[in-house]
Amino acid sequence: MAQLETEINLLNDDILELMYLVKTQLEKCRKAFMNFDEELALEITINEKRVDALELKIDRDCENILALFNPVAVDLRFVIASFKINSDLERLGDHADSIAKYIMDFGEPIDEETIKKMRIDEMFDTAIEMMSNIFSAFIAEDTDLARKVFAKDKILNEINRNISKITAKLIKSNGKDIQQYLYLFSIIRKLERVGDLTKNAAEELIFYIEAKVLKHQKDKSKKRKESDDS
Amino acid sequence: METEQQNPKATSEKTQPKLNPDNKDFKLQAKNVDVFYGDFQAIEDISLDIVDNSVTAFIGPSGCGKSTFLRLFNRMNDYIDTFHMNGEILLNKKSLYDESVKVEELRKTVGMVFQAPNPFPKTVYENVAYGLRIQGIKDENLIEEQVIKSLKQATLFDEVDSLDKQALALSGGQQQRLCIARALAVKPSVILMDEPTASLDPISTAKIEELIRELKEKYTIVVVTHNMQQAGRISDNTAFLYMGRLIEYGDTKKIFTNPEKDRTQNYITGRFG
Repeated sequence: MAQLETEINLLNDDILELMYLVKTQLEKCRKAFMNFDEELALEITINEKRVDALELKIDRDCENILALFNPVAVDLRFVIASFKINSDLERLGDHADSIAKYIMDFGEPIDEETIKKMRIDEMFDTAIEMMSNIFSAFIAEDTDLARKVFAKDKILNEINRNISKITAKLIKSNGKDIQQYLYLFSIIRKLERVGDLTKNAAEELIFYIEAKVLKHQKDKSKKRKESDDS
Repeated sequence: METEQQNPKATSEKTQPKLNPDNKDFKLQAKNVDVFYGDFQAIEDISLDIVDNSVTAFIGPSGCGKSTFLRLFNRMNDYIDTFHMNGEILLNKKSLYDESVKVEELRKTVGMVFQAPNPFPKTVYENVAYGLRIQGIKDENLIEEQVIKSLKQATLFDEVDSLDKQALALSGGQQQRLCIARALAVKPSVILMDEPTASLDPISTAKIEELIRELKEKYTIVVVTHNMQQAGRISDNTAFLYMGRLIEYGDTKKIFTNPEKDRTQNYITGRFG
């Protein structure tokens, strides 16, 4: 096997490790939030250091591969995509860390009815599904699966769009829980960003596999075949 | 002939030669060319159009036929006893292998630079003047003017303190630029280069590459290179040859970022060859 191929495989393993770590961080966020588990939230903030360390390692590996092996074509696209996905994953890790800190700040469990009204459980589920999709898509190099995150991101955007009104209504009806509503409002904003970053990672994965740039395009869900025939 | 497999990790966009917006003519054309050395077929049915005022790179593993193909354009293969060919090679739409074509005249139009610098053991001046003298030019003022012009074009003039300096006393990179100046002196329109920087250090290589980019304003340049990064840096179009066949030809940027054929991708990414 050529040395470049070995380096690319190692980079691939590191990206997968980081992706898995970030996915687990988000899953733990959901669990810590729903069960008001402050210990688990603390664990998330501690694990954030692992995310940062892995991000730095991947950055350095990408730089080394570019400098030493001059990759072209599919290899170059893989390194570029990995470099960008790495940055997306690190920011996803930051959001998980921020959510964990909000949970620790709550001081008491969140009322289940409020969670339902603000649709936070749905947001968590959707964001985690998106992460799972991108994780599996990366392993299988499956761009159809990667494309599924685009539709799911729309669900997160829709919830986020309506949240100001819902929060205002909740505050009006129950003034004593304002701080809690504001925490929840912030968590929703974070989860919306989680969706955007996962979508970015999907775009990069498609760029690597299909050599196609989907950034800033409206209809990203277009199938490979359809867009090639057009 | 077996069909080439498409690259699975690419768009379905076809690889096409990049045309020169200011000059859409094809300077050199190969039409269904086969080349044989005795029974061995070195080139198999290659058709390709080379854009005027551009740099075209031929890449491919050793023995793929790229140097043989390059040498067709100034009939250098004619010296090989067992050489014979089918098909046509055109320069400015006229056949190069037509009986009426005088090879000496052709080589004035199509100059060549080789892998190792090969200056004559003479002065810098005499090296560049050589081609003009064998053309029968006697006017020394005209020769001097052309020598200086060629040395300047080859970015060597400012580096030599005297034109009477022995060519073999120059550095390898300077010798190669002297060979380019020698080729330019007879006013060709095409320059063929067979691995022109293979024996040079990175600084001399960078100078030759810069020179190639400058020269394409006036000349059509075809370069055989084993250095993939070099093909990427200097050429407008790239042809990938494999076992005597043309696998893919077109815009260098496309070839190095999103090649159409699987074999091209495997070669440029170092997976075979």
